[in-house]
Amino acid sequence: MTLAGLLPVVVAGSLFVWFAQMIPVIGGGDTLRFVWEWVPSLGVNVSIYIDGLSLTFALLITGIGALVMLYSARYLAGHVHQARFSLYLTSFMLAMIGLVISDNLLALFVFWELTTITSYLLIGFSHDTVKARRSALQALMMTGIGGLALLAGIILIGTTAGTFEMSEINAMDGVLKDSVMYLPIALLVLAGAFTKSAQMPFHFWLPNAMAAPTPVSAYLHSATMVKAGVYLMARTHPSLAGTDFWLWTLTIFGAITMVFASVMALRQTDLKLALAYTTLMALGALTLLLGNESGYTITAAATFLVVHSLYKAALFLVVGILDAQTGTRDANSLFGLARALPITATAAAIAAFSMAGFPPFLGFIGKELKYAGAIAVASEPIFVAGAVLISSALMVAIAGIVSFRPFWSRSGEPIPGVKEAPWPMLVGPVVLAILGAFFGIFPETLATTLVNPTVAAIIGNAEPAKELKLWAGVNLPLFLSIATFVLGFTIYAFKQPLRTFLIGLTTRGPSFDNGWDKLMAGIASGSKALTRRIQTGVLYHYMVVTFGTALAVLAVTLWFRSTGIPAMGIPQVELWDWLVFVLVLLGAVLTLMTNSRITAIAGLGVVGIGMAMIFILYSAPDVAITQLLVETLVVVLFAAAALKLPVLTPEPLRKRWLDAIIAIGLGVVTTIILLKVTTGPIDRELTTFFETASWPEAFGQNIVNVILVDFRALDTFGEIAVVLIAAISIFALLKSKPEEEKP
Amino acid sequence: MNSIILIAGARLQAVLLLVFSAYMLLRGHNAPGGGFIGGLIAATGFVVYAIACGTADARKALRFDPGSIAGAGLGIALLAGVMAAFWGDALFTGQWLFIGETEDSKGIPLSTVLVFDIGVYLVVLGAILSIAFSLEEAV
Repeated sequence: MTLAGLLPVVVAGSLFVWFAQMIPVIGGGDTLRFVWEWVPSLGVNVSIYIDGLSLTFALLITGIGALVMLYSARYLAGHVHQARFSLYLTSFMLAMIGLVISDNLLALFVFWELTTITSYLLIGFSHDTVKARRSALQALMMTGIGGLALLAGIILIGTTAGTFEMSEINAMDGVLKDSVMYLPIALLVLAGAFTKSAQMPFHFWLPNAMAAPTPVSAYLHSATMVKAGVYLMARTHPSLAGTDFWLWTLTIFGAITMVFASVMALRQTDLKLALAYTTLMALGALTLLLGNESGYTITAAATFLVVHSLYKAALFLVVGILDAQTGTRDANSLFGLARALPITATAAAIAAFSMAGFPPFLGFIGKELKYAGAIAVASEPIFVAGAVLISSALMVAIAGIVSFRPFWSRSGEPIPGVKEAPWPMLVGPVVLAILGAFFGIFPETLATTLVNPTVAAIIGNAEPAKELKLWAGVNLPLFLSIATFVLGFTIYAFKQPLRTFLIGLTTRGPSFDNGWDKLMAGIASGSKALTRRIQTGVLYHYMVVTFGTALAVLAVTLWFRSTGIPAMGIPQVELWDWLVFVLVLLGAVLTLMTNSRITAIAGLGVVGIGMAMIFILYSAPDVAITQLLVETLVVVLFAAAALKLPVLTPEPLRKRWLDAIIAIGLGVVTTIILLKVTTGPIDRELTTFFETASWPEAFGQNIVNVILVDFRALDTFGEIAVVLIAAISIFALLKSKPEEEKP
Repeated sequence: MNSIILIAGARLQAVLLLVFSAYMLLRGHNAPGGGFIGGLIAATGFVVYAIACGTADARKALRFDPGSIAGAGLGIALLAGVMAAFWGDALFTGQWLFIGETEDSKGIPLSTVLVFDIGVYLVVLGAILSIAFSLEEAV
């Protein structure tokens, strides 16, 4: 094994140890908080807050992370991009840790987006396949859209509560719940959580994300990233939960996702996809449970969170071993491999018992608690308990499909020549499976270290978590458990006809995945059509729009904001002024009347020179010189271009009417504005300042130049940068070949 | 256009315009002129030259690529602004040195302001020539 493979294991392992040594403190009911001010003016802090909830997540992330990284060190050994993979996976892990220990919501958001980006890179790791690229992009878009909603939600929270520190917000009783902004905040935060945690109808990216290498699926899409949404709901629970909106939204979305996903899981023959759908089911269950405030449901959520991470990561790794050792993940071609893969088979069996919820495994306690929680929900106990029953029964059947059939079934011949996986790949599944069994037999170890502090972090007290025990007596959850097993075995027995039925149903029905493709194609073609409409590429259209808009804006402003047109008499002007006036007028008329481009440009030049003469008459020599030079250059440049342009054809009268309206309108409006400006008193404060300060302070007598190069040098610098950019753009336009129209 | 008279005239004119542009640039602080006007005049000189002798000759006479000249101008202008930092002043604060200063006269003034104006001159010259040359070559 290489350094690139082992380094991440060391990083994850040491972080795990670091977090693990906090267990006594956090388990004792304390919380840790460190704050460094980062952007104090915006209220952005780097603040770390560790309570039961963050510690549980951090331990899952680093613990499972270390095991998965050890696994992938062998799984990807010899891969060209193994180092790249290690880098992605480690970056993801660090982003995920940042997400769960940040107290500042804006920092949390940054880490949230970092997990999105790193997961995009990981899903698209096999970037030479179209499927991987598409899946990666889909996951990025879905979670990215949710991330934007979350950012909006966070900003609303910050402005409503006056701080971005979540621990402070949670300590302010009802600051969000009683505010008018509660509904938008909850909607936006849930949009972020639901897309990240793949709730219906945003679920379809998660099964597609299985295009990633199996260790990635085991890590991101079972234990960590998809749980970020769950974490967010748990973290904001004290501030947002407890309303009818929260209760019903989470209950309905969670329940539908849970049942839909478990039914869809049965349909799959690809073992990895089946597991992906069971992950969806678990996310639905967690969402459902977090909708409530009762101690039982939150305890159930906290326990199930740990249970699910342990068995699901183990099973994903098992499927990865099957894939690596046999070359297939198809449920219909894997049979009786227990003899060839004894250790894998044992780990798979233990994990599957936990998933199916058999005693004495942790999954049993998790399921019992789910039932206890479902009965205690504030919404519709029968509806919720029914949904839990159906999905749990399906979990039993799927646990059989994933872990029993490939190893123990005698329905088909085992693939010959299969060897047991190397030890680095076995450590993960074995350790995770054994932990599931260990916590099942000694549930109080889990309760005191992780579950109680987590429950305390979510609802403030940890009394109900003390109920965490293997044998809770003969009660309603126990009967529901027995019903689950019966129903589960029945489904397993009839899995083939059921699967055929489901495949028929889903291939005929509409698919979210296709809908997504249509939506993306629609956005692309819509924006293309819009661009074609706005960017016609015809200069005339741009001119009409630009000057028409200017006219409309100025005219409307004048109409509503000004008081009457100032009186205009014949101004007292000299003969020279009249000459310039006639010159400009002649130039304009010439431009309008001619059908030759060169003449038109020369006419415009006459107008420009007339302007320059006005500047000279009113003693602005610098402006006049500039104007003259620019006019000269413009005529020369246009003449060069005009030589090659076709002769102007007389335009239809209708078109010229529109031009006339715009031109005359602009002229009139500008004249009115100028008259209004000149009739009012002129504030000469700036002029006086420059006149007096120019020589003593800047040693210059030409005020215009002194302003340009000294007083306002930064502005000038910006302007010459614009000149350069304009030159580069024109250069690029002239040098580029027109793009060929694609057929 | 192959006119001997035009070519000979344009050569002379271009030289005169370039000298004049330097004059306008230098006197700008106290009389009408400055980097912007100077740059425009110099550009006119080269544009006239390009019309008479063709852009290939004009590019050769210019020696540097007009885009590079403009880029260098922007760099020089920025440098002139940053130089204020050596005296502990804010960005773009003018720094002056008077050589041979006496009680009556300030002697020969040197300043970062002039350096800045030279940058402006080069940007305007380079940008306009870049547009003009490629426009003439494109048609």
